[in-house]
Amino acid sequence: MGWLTEFPAMNAESLRALKKAIDSGFRGFTRTYGEPIESLFLPVKYILIHTERFMIDTPWPIIILGIAAIAWVASRSPKIVAGTVIALLLIGYFDMWEDTMKTVSMTSVCGALAIAMGIPIGIAMSRSDRFQSLLKPILDVMQTLPSFVYLIPVVMLLGIGKVPGLLAIVVYSIPPIIRLTDLGIRLVDKDVLEAADAYGSSNWQRLRSVQMPLALPTIMAGVNQTIMLALAMVVVASMIGVGGLGQPVLKAIANQYFTLGMFNGLAIVCVAIIFDRVTQAYGRRLQKYQEVLHGN
Amino acid sequence: MATDAGIEIRNLYKIFGPNGLAHIDAVKQGMTKAELQSAHGHVLGLKNINISILPGCIQVVMGLSGSGKSTLIRHINRLIDPTIGEVLIGDIDVTKMSQKELLQFRRHQTAMVFQKFALLPHRTVLGNVVYGLEIQGAPRAKQEEAARYWIERVGLSGFEDNYPNQLSGGMQQRVGLARALTNDAPILLMDEAFSALDPLIRVDMQAILLDLQAETKKTIMFITHDLDEALRVGEKIAILQDGEVIQQGTGQDIVLNPADEYISNFVHGVNRGRVILVETVMQPLASSSNAKGPSILKSLCLEEAARLMSASSSNVAHVVDSDGKPVGNLAVQDVMSAIVVPVRHDDAANSGF
Repeated sequence: MGWLTEFPAMNAESLRALKKAIDSGFRGFTRTYGEPIESLFLPVKYILIHTERFMIDTPWPIIILGIAAIAWVASRSPKIVAGTVIALLLIGYFDMWEDTMKTVSMTSVCGALAIAMGIPIGIAMSRSDRFQSLLKPILDVMQTLPSFVYLIPVVMLLGIGKVPGLLAIVVYSIPPIIRLTDLGIRLVDKDVLEAADAYGSSNWQRLRSVQMPLALPTIMAGVNQTIMLALAMVVVASMIGVGGLGQPVLKAIANQYFTLGMFNGLAIVCVAIIFDRVTQAYGRRLQKYQEVLHGN
Repeated sequence: MATDAGIEIRNLYKIFGPNGLAHIDAVKQGMTKAELQSAHGHVLGLKNINISILPGCIQVVMGLSGSGKSTLIRHINRLIDPTIGEVLIGDIDVTKMSQKELLQFRRHQTAMVFQKFALLPHRTVLGNVVYGLEIQGAPRAKQEEAARYWIERVGLSGFEDNYPNQLSGGMQQRVGLARALTNDAPILLMDEAFSALDPLIRVDMQAILLDLQAETKKTIMFITHDLDEALRVGEKIAILQDGEVIQQGTGQDIVLNPADEYISNFVHGVNRGRVILVETVMQPLASSSNAKGPSILKSLCLEEAARLMSASSSNVAHVVDSDGKPVGNLAVQDVMSAIVVPVRHDDAANSGF
């Protein structure tokens, strides 16, 4: 009756052999294809390095002005702009400017990349039920697999540094934008779509002037989520050599530096709040037509 | 754009389901909607529809919900593909068009007005009305010029920059109508366009439609479940039940000679004085008798005739045609007995007991 109390597992010998086979198989794959794959990512690496250099080398008042301007254009809210400026000034005052700029640049590039890839994938997903049912489990895995687990093959393949970081961040942050683009387009009022068809819209015309604008509020929620996840992952990815506010946090954990951890943690919170408020306010502004109600 | 585009629907069948075509012969041999549903899980949408709509004419298709009328109108611009059958516009068969031809056909030959308005909520009134021309790829200046003209014609001047949810239902449907008219297509499809509006606004909109139709002379298919609306708007009426046309004709034909119990129930409560025409009940001129009473045009409805007769307090009137030539006489008794709903046979039998 031993099999009842102890799970009849595969014997240790063959399990070890299995793991070994997979590992050596993947290692072989990395040795053969590691370099070409790495060179594939060269342009991305170039963009990452230059954005970061730009953010760090540009004098801080200009950066603050620039971020404030973006916040204003997106939100049109003096409160949000003021909060943004104050948060950035505090971060600078506590000597976390450079790390913050690294984090912001990494988050922006990765978020933009995830959004740029996610929206077309989401559109494709909304057009085909088969593609949707194929992609959904993959997205589930991407969202639930502990991020540390897929850091391993990424590191094996590309080593440590910005590019593997970017890969991990994009994988982690892309599901919401794909899902919400798909959902937003599927939720567009069938009557309005029928009207678009009745007037002879081509697929592209229907997408551009009916589906995308009506799905935009939902898509903006996806943009917001994706950026937040990207930021969260930028911090985790400090473990594989991505610079920024994650590095001092990592150091603080290893050495039990309470204050260092707290300061950098709060700086991350500030950056997160800025990203969140600005994208949300922008999303709300896009659906203004829904606010003006009948009867005024 | 030619306004001589009539619509000819021939032997149109629609069976909804994964394999509608397989059951077409069974349906042709008389399988009913219920049998098809229970035996094969397919839904009979339309059965042997034959309607021909003359150019510049308003054809009403009337039926209760589920009768297939909305399915039928969607076959004209092929938002729904038929199982078999033909929809001829002039001599072109819509059902055989390629996807590309179909887009062009929808852009230039048809415009549609919807029960739930189906306006683009993120666009202003002007943005909605230009939609058809925008899809056609017309120059922006021309789009706006045409749009502003029709916005004014439907009585929405000053609302160009409002969003649809700032407007009442009646006003939203005016936007829908303006959008359709701006498209400048010879065929106008109206799918229960006024059903969602309250009664007074509905009558208003009917008047606007008839007004505009008098000058644009489009070929219109108008779907409704309201008999009064059908009689008011329709030059020809087809009544649909369970996907079949059970009677076609003018409003007067249908009111005077309902084809079956179903229709006679329908027409029971109708104001017959507004439907039946003088020429139908007048006594044709036997000889050139002397003309007594007021002269009445033969194409007037009985209500109008009765008004004219009571205004001149006479019991008889003489009827003239459009050239003023006398064609008959009309007595008050004839008018009254025509307006009163005839006693039905079963009612008469019961009362004689």
